[in-house]
Amino acid sequence: MTTQEPPAPNADWLMVRRNAVNVICLTAAGLCALVALGALSLVLGYLVLNGFKALHLSTLVLGQMPQGEPGGGLRDGIVGTLMLLAVAAVIGIPFGILGGVFQIESKGKFAWTVRFFTDVLNSIPSIVIGLFVYTLVVLPIAAAHPGDGYSALAGGIALGVIMVPTVMRTTEEILRLVPSSLREASLGLGATQWRTMFSVILPAARTGILTGVMLAMARVAGETAPLLFTAFGSNMFSVKLDKPIDALPIDIYNDATSPYNYLHAQALAGAIILISMILLMSLITRYALGNKVLEQK
Amino acid sequence: MVTPVIQSDKSVAEFEPPAGRHAVPNSGRMADSIYRCVLFVASATILAIVLAIAVELTIASKPSIHQFGLRFFVTDSWDPVHLKFGAMSFILGTLYTSMWALLISVPISIGAAVFLSEIAPSWIRTPVSFLIELLAGIPSVVYGLWGLFVLTPWLITHVETPISNDKHLNHLWLFNSPANGSDFLAASLILAIMVTPYITAVSRDILRAIPNMVREGSLALGATQWETIRNVVLPYARAGIVGAVILGLGRALGETMAVTMVIGNADSHFNPALFSAGNTMASIIANEFAEASIDLYRSALTEIGLCLFLVTMLVNGCARLLIYFTAKDVQGGGRTA
Repeated sequence: MTTQEPPAPNADWLMVRRNAVNVICLTAAGLCALVALGALSLVLGYLVLNGFKALHLSTLVLGQMPQGEPGGGLRDGIVGTLMLLAVAAVIGIPFGILGGVFQIESKGKFAWTVRFFTDVLNSIPSIVIGLFVYTLVVLPIAAAHPGDGYSALAGGIALGVIMVPTVMRTTEEILRLVPSSLREASLGLGATQWRTMFSVILPAARTGILTGVMLAMARVAGETAPLLFTAFGSNMFSVKLDKPIDALPIDIYNDATSPYNYLHAQALAGAIILISMILLMSLITRYALGNKVLEQK
Repeated sequence: MVTPVIQSDKSVAEFEPPAGRHAVPNSGRMADSIYRCVLFVASATILAIVLAIAVELTIASKPSIHQFGLRFFVTDSWDPVHLKFGAMSFILGTLYTSMWALLISVPISIGAAVFLSEIAPSWIRTPVSFLIELLAGIPSVVYGLWGLFVLTPWLITHVETPISNDKHLNHLWLFNSPANGSDFLAASLILAIMVTPYITAVSRDILRAIPNMVREGSLALGATQWETIRNVVLPYARAGIVGAVILGLGRALGETMAVTMVIGNADSHFNPALFSAGNTMASIIANEFAEASIDLYRSALTEIGLCLFLVTMLVNGCARLLIYFTAKDVQGGGRTA
């Protein structure tokens, strides 16, 4: 702290200096915020300005053209992403929610260990999850049925694994917000533990948990790296779980890195579609469910 | 914060009526043990997945570990044709790009966090915080697309070519390479743009968690607002902010798509010049794994993945400990995107 206890002869000057430093530094912090926002709005601005120009109705409804032929659209990728999200939800949501409930219901070394490893899982780069699912799912299938291997199922599993920690941590946080009086009342009336959880606590926390689930889905919708060697991408329309499937982020990657200009435009349109999907998912959950986390508030 | 009421198994069992008097308590107890069983199995599965990742990756990289041993990490020749693999140039590439990204983004992020938490009125704070959180959710492939279409052409014409043509500057080791566009500079900048919202959001949460008493005490003693921030608030939050920065580092190390799209993907020896193309651990896997048909090749790439896994685990473990000790109930510590 300042050390001018004995009134210095030039106390006034010191005060001026301190005030000046104060103003300069506070402004510098403001500038930092401005720079951060500026860089990010450069990215967003470019995408919005050029993406909508490249976006046509045909982008949404047409499938891919064979390589080298202009035209076509991203329908396959959009459908594929929705398929992958569905598979991911089937895996990620039950394990995430049950894991979150477990954190509430128990304490001790095991619960702590599970939580620690969930945090670890959360920090693993998504490409490593892709490698893992490749060795766990794709390789054995390829060994059993030569020619097969890459599949929508493998891609969905990879995304589901990535979802689990997010869903689990939000579920746990929301459940901890449910007043303990609710639980005590239910247990006091003679309800069993599981009935208390499923009839009283989970319904009270419903909206909060749903928000967490939707945000987790929004997050994995844009994942590309774990799909590169699980879902693999495909030139054909497919909804089969055991075949390679196209996905919007893979399309964006392939189109953007291709040498053709019309594919670059398609990549931009794809980016707009993907961002809109993600923003819609998080905005709708945020506003449709309101900011209330618990039912009774 | 509402403190959780944790019901141990015993307290429920103790108050149950003696068994055998009614059918209901028995079936209830039965259902409860099934319930606990299901919860346990679900949690054990999550645990098993993490362990399986470590085990599977180790098994899959065994051929490479046997073949190259520890030399794998200190050789930088990457030769899929002659099956000679060393990962050093990718490890260096990862560390190098992450270092530059943090050098750029840390001061900006901390400044922005201080602004959002300490200075801005709430009508600025709320929308800006919301925007920053939204931006943290943009997929990395989209950042990569922007980097490829906008950043790299701009860098070539406005930064790299002028510097490369400058007689004095191009002798420095930092610029001692022809202009490339897709290179370490582009990758570091993209990474900086991507981790900034993340570090900002977590640091802001940590600053918000500091009790107001601390600030009021300092202001009441006559300190200016900046003196309060510098001498009281920031030291109080130091460990937590270091944690936030390390979390950002963890993201930068594992970031794949955006980096893959702008780093130039060169398998050659590591060259620390900013304008030289390179590769990171994540980008070499993303680029070559799908084409790697020979077992040893695939195994070497998997070993890089294993290495990446261990490094990010270590880094994130440290970060979480730091954040945990600073602000036990900071929500940002658990945020993912």
